[in-house]
Amino acid sequence: MFEYAPAPESRDIVDIKPSYGLFINGEWVEPLGEGRDKTINPASEEVLAEVAVAGEADVDRAVQAARKAFTVWSAMPGSERAKYIFRIARIIQERARELAVLESLDNGKPIREARDVDLPLVAAHFFYYAGWADKLSHAGFGPSPQPLGVAGQVIPWNFPLLMLAWKIAPALACGNTVVLKPAETTPLTALAFAEICRQADLPPGVVNIVTGAGETGAALVRHPDVDKVAFTGSTEVGRMIARSVAGSRKKVTLELGGKAANIVFEDAALDQAVEGIVNGIFFNQGHVCCAGSRLLVQESVAEELLDALKRRLSTLRLGDPLDKNTDIGAINSAAQLAKIRELSEAGEAEGAERWSPTCPIPDKGFWFPPTVFTGVAQSHRIAREEIFGPVLSVLTFRTPAEAVEKANNTPYGLSAGVWTEKGSLMLWMASRLRAGVVWSNTFNKFDPTSPFGGYKESGYGREGGRHGLEAYLAV
Amino acid sequence: MVSLESFGLVGDAGAVSTTTAPLAEVAASNSTLRAFLHGLPGVDRVGADARAAMLGTRSIKTTAKKQAIDLAIRMVDLTTLEGADTPGKVKAMCAKAVHPDPTDSSVPSVAAVCVYPDLVATAVQALGSSGVKVASVATAFPSGRSSLEVKVADTVLAVAAGAAEIDMVIDRGAFLAGDYLTVFEQIAAVKAACGSAHLKVILETGELSTYDNVRRASWLAMIAGADFIKTSTGKVSPAATLPVTLVMLEAVRDYLRTAGRKVGVKPAGGIRTTKDAIKYLVLVNETAGPDWLDPDWFRLGASSLLNDLLMQRQKMATGRYAGPDYFTLD
Repeated sequence: MFEYAPAPESRDIVDIKPSYGLFINGEWVEPLGEGRDKTINPASEEVLAEVAVAGEADVDRAVQAARKAFTVWSAMPGSERAKYIFRIARIIQERARELAVLESLDNGKPIREARDVDLPLVAAHFFYYAGWADKLSHAGFGPSPQPLGVAGQVIPWNFPLLMLAWKIAPALACGNTVVLKPAETTPLTALAFAEICRQADLPPGVVNIVTGAGETGAALVRHPDVDKVAFTGSTEVGRMIARSVAGSRKKVTLELGGKAANIVFEDAALDQAVEGIVNGIFFNQGHVCCAGSRLLVQESVAEELLDALKRRLSTLRLGDPLDKNTDIGAINSAAQLAKIRELSEAGEAEGAERWSPTCPIPDKGFWFPPTVFTGVAQSHRIAREEIFGPVLSVLTFRTPAEAVEKANNTPYGLSAGVWTEKGSLMLWMASRLRAGVVWSNTFNKFDPTSPFGGYKESGYGREGGRHGLEAYLAV
Repeated sequence: MVSLESFGLVGDAGAVSTTTAPLAEVAASNSTLRAFLHGLPGVDRVGADARAAMLGTRSIKTTAKKQAIDLAIRMVDLTTLEGADTPGKVKAMCAKAVHPDPTDSSVPSVAAVCVYPDLVATAVQALGSSGVKVASVATAFPSGRSSLEVKVADTVLAVAAGAAEIDMVIDRGAFLAGDYLTVFEQIAAVKAACGSAHLKVILETGELSTYDNVRRASWLAMIAGADFIKTSTGKVSPAATLPVTLVMLEAVRDYLRTAGRKVGVKPAGGIRTTKDAIKYLVLVNETAGPDWLDPDWFRLGASSLLNDLLMQRQKMATGRYAGPDYFTLD
């Protein structure tokens, strides 16, 4: 046997402070209230740092700072704003290793993914939108599109820094200022980003970071001086936000849940389809809103494909997220682990067959083995509800029409994948799938130039690409 | 179909093709072969490249690296295939093959030396009972552009001189023209001419160009009786690449499941550093599986690689790099 020796990435490169305040108007300030929260490493349950909980008054201070900065920032020529955003992008590249380690520690994701996926995309996003800052008159929104004002942005814990980039980069490029609230379980890279803003000499108040949980987010969303609300997270919270801003002038974009179908036809390149399935649902422990959580496989190849998939899953390496050879890291929180367990138990109870490769689970921390359910029916909860974990539900179909019908038979519509070597079938499917993204012979591929967003209960508005500018312009 | 009796071989190619390998019924005609090979699942180039690149990021350190270096040394087919090869050059290479590092007896021997047919006898004599095998290229290497008679005669010559392994080339022209039966029959005829010698079939993947072709050629060679499938002659660029080797490893893995026979894989050409070699071992480990991590089932066709392996091995043992002059050039 060829056993890979431990190859841990050193955590010495990160300097985590014991305690963090709020980043308001370019300064670190203490919260007005007593609220403090702890952020832990989900792989070890070790406390990483104490973080401020921003109350209503703190959020108000941050919004006021952003409002004041808006005068300066929105009046600045686009080419000048671009310089700042390019500078931020370069600093992110220079500090990529540090940020990757920090992300892995706070989130539980494997360092390989933080290093090879998250951080390159974060930098690419800032570079891409920096390029738009002085070209907005060519974006198709009129000769002189204007920014909205202050954007209140609430982001999730699955891709903390990447979601920050998706929110902040287009907002700044268009001339808006922001107040961003990172998720309570993963605030550290957003706080590191605050430092980067200082390093880049960004004018005070253009970016403000307020930490806290749902209450802080709600305070931000309902603040009367916020012009734009951007949220990525669960459909449940998305509904609350939509209700809270209804009737106001606030412009809203919501990027919510998903239950994506990954559809494999009998003529697919099977080895690559297997990789795509693995990448679709086990990437980032399945904590991906566009995860390919429903595998729809044509009956004629179902057995062969599932054999190959199970064989491949047996090679996945679960464990220390900082080990460079780890494929599956830790579940982000105890609460999320409980949810994944609950839904998996429901899957068994409803009669689906559960399978996991033999893989040792560490004693400490939050872990869930890669899991496949076969014999799943459309009516099962594991086929309808978003699990947001490393759990794949396998269904079969006989014809392309049936595949479309089953794939679209969900309240969500964020993404889908199609695997076939036949181009005409691919196009036929893509035009019928009600999903914001349809991946052709690949899955979970992201690029700043490509718009991303949902149909139906997966949200509204698009992030990324030229389309992503619209959310931050008065058009 | 050329008669093989004139070369003193028993049987004929038709008989050979029915006895060499499972799945031989698909070779009943060119159309059955075509139907079978084109019925194999396709290979998506983007996906295969991405998978190979991801496996290339595995970090192999400390004890695992030590283990990998020794394994890689034991898998090397130390190769010289030049017009300027002489008995003296081959003898020197054989000495290196047996004792890669004369100052350190813990360094294992390589798997084999690989030479042209006329130098097989020299290599056999030089290697004696060392256990290092002699492999010979044959069949109008490297282009394969000759008659079947000449190819078989080339093989017979090498086997008669004592080669334990024959590295043949396929007729890429026939393959690309869709004449799979010709390729099949030539492999089967050469396999028959090999007798007990192991047959490695070189696909010359750099000329096949697509991964679909690589997969089809792999299956064609295996059905025709190959003991090993090998990427390249080393004379065409690109030679071995990680994704091509990935596709071939998938083929041997699937062939074992389908036909019940295990076939080895040999990437050759362009593998020059320990880092490269370790990437190949990771690829084997996570594709065909650890059962293939043995010189009987995986080889690395290389020449300059060996010294880099030795240098890294010494670095692991002593913590220091010695200069290149401390490693012999043979």
